[in-house]
Amino acid sequence: MPDGWVGRSVPRREGRDKVTGAAKYVDDLHVEGMLHGATVRSTIPRGKIVAIHYEGDLPWDEIVVATAADVPGANEVKLIQTDQPLLADGVVNHVEEPIVLLAHADREVVEKARRHVRIEYAPLPSVHSIDDALAADTVVWGTDNVFTHYTAGQGNVDAVWADAPHELSGEYTTGAQEQMYIEAQGMIAEYDPDAGVTVRGSLQCPYYIQTALCPLFGLPPDKVRIVQMATGGGFGGKEEYPSIIAGHAALLAYKSGKPVKIVYDRIEDVTATTKRHPSRTKIRSAFDDTGKLLALDIDFVIDGGAYITLSPVVLSRGTIHAAGPYRCDNVRVDSRAVATSSPPHGAFRGFGAPQSIFALERHMDRIADYLGLDPVQVRRRNLLQQGQTSSVGQTIDEPVDLDKLVDRALADADWVAKRKAFDEHNASTTGPIRKGIGLSVFYHGSGFTGAGEVHLASKAVVEATAEGRLRVLAASTEIGQGTNTIFSQIVGDAAHVPIDRIDVVQPDTAHVPNSGPTVASRTCMVVGNLLAQATADVVGQLQGAGHLPATWDAEQFTAACRAWYADHDALVGRANYQPPAGVHWDEKNFRGDAYSAYAWACYVAAVTVDTRTAEIRVDDFVAIQEIGKTVNPILAGGQIEGGVAQAIGWAVYEDVVWKDGRVANPQMTNYIIPTAVDTPPIRVAFLEPFAPQPVAKGIGELPMDGPAPAVLNAVAHATGVDPRGVPLMPETLMDLLTTQETAQ
Amino acid sequence: MRGYLPDYELRAPASVDEALETMAQAPGQWRPLAGGTDVMVELAAGKLPPGKFLSIWQLPELRGITLDDDHAILGALTTYSDVRDHAGMAAEYPMLVQAARESGAIAIQNRGTLGGNIVNASPAADSPPALLAYGAQIELASVRGRRWVDYRGFHTGYKQMGRQPDELLTRIRMPRTPGGAGALHDYRKVGTRKAQAISKVCLAALGRLDDGKVAYLRAGVGSVAPVPLDLVKTEAALLGKTLDAATIDAAVAVAEAEVTPIDDIRSTARYRAVVSRNLVRDFLTALAAGETGARVHD
Ligand SMILES: Cc1cc2nc3c(=O)[nH]c(=O)nc-3n(C[C@H](O)[C@H](O)[C@H](O)COP(=O)(O)OP(=O)(O)OC[C@H]3O[C@@H](n4cnc5c(N)ncnc54)[C@H](O)[C@@H]3O)c2cc1C
Repeated sequence: MPDGWVGRSVPRREGRDKVTGAAKYVDDLHVEGMLHGATVRSTIPRGKIVAIHYEGDLPWDEIVVATAADVPGANEVKLIQTDQPLLADGVVNHVEEPIVLLAHADREVVEKARRHVRIEYAPLPSVHSIDDALAADTVVWGTDNVFTHYTAGQGNVDAVWADAPHELSGEYTTGAQEQMYIEAQGMIAEYDPDAGVTVRGSLQCPYYIQTALCPLFGLPPDKVRIVQMATGGGFGGKEEYPSIIAGHAALLAYKSGKPVKIVYDRIEDVTATTKRHPSRTKIRSAFDDTGKLLALDIDFVIDGGAYITLSPVVLSRGTIHAAGPYRCDNVRVDSRAVATSSPPHGAFRGFGAPQSIFALERHMDRIADYLGLDPVQVRRRNLLQQGQTSSVGQTIDEPVDLDKLVDRALADADWVAKRKAFDEHNASTTGPIRKGIGLSVFYHGSGFTGAGEVHLASKAVVEATAEGRLRVLAASTEIGQGTNTIFSQIVGDAAHVPIDRIDVVQPDTAHVPNSGPTVASRTCMVVGNLLAQATADVVGQLQGAGHLPATWDAEQFTAACRAWYADHDALVGRANYQPPAGVHWDEKNFRGDAYSAYAWACYVAAVTVDTRTAEIRVDDFVAIQEIGKTVNPILAGGQIEGGVAQAIGWAVYEDVVWKDGRVANPQMTNYIIPTAVDTPPIRVAFLEPFAPQPVAKGIGELPMDGPAPAVLNAVAHATGVDPRGVPLMPETLMDLLTTQETAQ
Repeated sequence: MRGYLPDYELRAPASVDEALETMAQAPGQWRPLAGGTDVMVELAAGKLPPGKFLSIWQLPELRGITLDDDHAILGALTTYSDVRDHAGMAAEYPMLVQAARESGAIAIQNRGTLGGNIVNASPAADSPPALLAYGAQIELASVRGRRWVDYRGFHTGYKQMGRQPDELLTRIRMPRTPGGAGALHDYRKVGTRKAQAISKVCLAALGRLDDGKVAYLRAGVGSVAPVPLDLVKTEAALLGKTLDAATIDAAVAVAEAEVTPIDDIRSTARYRAVVSRNLVRDFLTALAAGETGARVHD
């Protein structure tokens, strides 16, 4: 056991409150005089709003009604751009776009009123697929439906084709995915002419909401206060969308002068809020007889929905991860985010990387198949080594040993024996059961892409009290992933105090500095590091004042704080983000140090396919990764297990059914996430860190990247069919099996 | 919650007679409310038409499972948990127990009733195929009296059934030792996942061979027609036949012609047709191979 807190599986600090029901979520909160808000949304994908009618036997004079005309400032949801309005004004660009807001003291009255607002439209043509968006026969955004276009890579792919020993092409698709956090989105807003706007709710990024609300109300940041309540999961779904619901609640509060609560039910949450971007990837590859990659030409397209929101950054992460942890001298990644008429797709664990990694890792297996080689062998031929450069020209400085990673995964999964046994079984059986085993190798960059962390310029603060307690001030939110706990561990080690003397302050823009958004697997690595520095600043001040010796224990720390407060009234340690030395990113050419660290992984899935029903069961899952320093093994393991389960869902269960741009299966009964019975044993291990002085790399998103290709590769091994898309539903697999049977 | 509660009226009668009186006074206006596991979902989704509801959950006369010489008799309020907990059910009606085990989760199994499952009349419901295979009858009661009708034929079209607007379903009965000793009971639910799933296809088949010939055969299928479907033609095509490969092929073709599945948000018509064909073939193959008792699918 390590002597500090870091590296130990200390229990979740808020765990007791959550399991006993003491934790307060936004819907548990009642504010005196509060109204309930509801949102009237578009029922068509695109069109002009001709008229709004308020009908039915309802007390309309008691109901607060707000439309675009009531927005005091600019009617825009400020994010990367400002193309998305808070409320549709004259035109709607997707189904479920908010048009009218209502509020009333009686929740049921407002719900009934919501159903009696009738909107008249003059419909316009809409776009419902990536292909239609690219064809641009109907243009729904800009001049060509393209939000963002990047080109990345190195070498010259076009010079390779003529002499290449082998070439293989393929097209791969991935579907939308719902985050399905347990707690649906919700906010309570209050407005006071002097204090401004205060919003409390379920969210990941308090400062994003503040940034979005300022222009809506024409208020300065100190008049817009955002407080995070206990939050029942986010997975990216509470990254950007909460700005909208916060804006809505705040607008109703502004208009009514009363507190307003808006809490979505599951149907509204699933139909109206963001999903993972659907994608389509075309890969053309050249390789030699051994499987060594000579060229990768990748055309990667994601569907951004009706507004730009975060699509450019989702696209950039997908682009950078598209060529995987492989060395290839000639790579071209041409990528686009396109507009369609669905609600905007948004942040979701993995953030573009799972999409492009799925395509590549499926393609690597197809190369192996084509050459008649083992899929492991083909990957080994190409794994990045220390000192080599990735497809965007980043030199891998760490002493990476991906062969070792793969060895461990294969050993734990009993790959060799199983692969052989399954081959024999499948070749000899006359029964309906087929078995397969498949793998994927991948990496995930920690933190914001490129210069993102520099632009964020995050800050964190640690305060010491006279009693020797430490208060952690950061905007990073606890959303079930363990932020409070790992922050306590990191600060506890930096100050040599027990973690029960550390209080992680509730994220509230009135009190905590902007440590950046809780996204991109950055909290532990980037903010954790800032907190260690801020704690060191506290220690430095105590030592500078002669209160603390060079080595100390908890009691000496307390005594030092007491001594400090004899002639001070505060003890504040600060840290501001400083980019690591020698790191450079060229945003224009997409070259350079894309991320300051990568987590590396090899995942193996074993599956059973019942050919009578084409049902796929994942029987066993091995997830081996190198994540640098592990702050809390149980929490880290939980992140991996949860991510794997969520990714298995994306791979074989979670099918967002679209009907005219609207989700047709927005309930838990028809949007199918895997249950415990559908989830295999997930065997997680963390490899000894590659680097002698490891950092704590991000791990929240990593486990979302690898399972889908590993599972589909296993299905291909089991059945001999060649599935190219996720979710691979039994209906699709049955068609593939039927076609295969007819062909034989 | 999308329902507007003031639009609904709820009454809780003290006895079955009082319930029947209430239903008789305004036939078709009072909708029984048993466990509420179908009704409450519609309410929350804003899809429940406003109206009057008659809670029957509190009526002990509608509960309980008894076995007499000829029948197993189940009150309409028999829950899935009741079925699972009853030793006699497991011994003679394993397919009904299997249906109960695979319906919803424990909370739903504690509330959801067989009567509700039948009258809700979803083609995707999981107990009807088993009830059809076991040759169940149901008792319908009104102020005009009580009558037993064959469950087979009760569903006449999508959500249409042979129940008068003032009738309450009170009991369900199934013959003892269904299919005879040595019968094969094969229940297979193909859902959207392993638990907490609605069926895409669900087959309950009961068969017995005597001297290598099909002496008994009854099968119900869910989610492949507007009603829980009986494979009557398939049964007729097989009775008295020796189960060789050609007979099985022919029977599978008959079964395929009997089902009329559709595309919906859960699955496709094509998938349902292929799977129901495969499940029928699989059952007949097992029967031909001499399997008896309850088949186990993990
Ligand atoms: C989470 C969840 C999971 C589910 N999973 C499954 C599943 O796996 N398989 C499955 O088949 N179903 C499933 N269901 C549906 C439901 O649980 C069953 O259909 C259940 O049997 C309904 O019984 P109930 O008593 O709750 O019906 P209720 O909701 O009370 O009533 C349903 C209908 O039947 C009528 N009715 C009820 N009792 C009588 C009676 N005695 N006489 C006349 N009319 C009556 C009511 O008027 C109503 O129209 C699920 C539901 C939920 C919420």
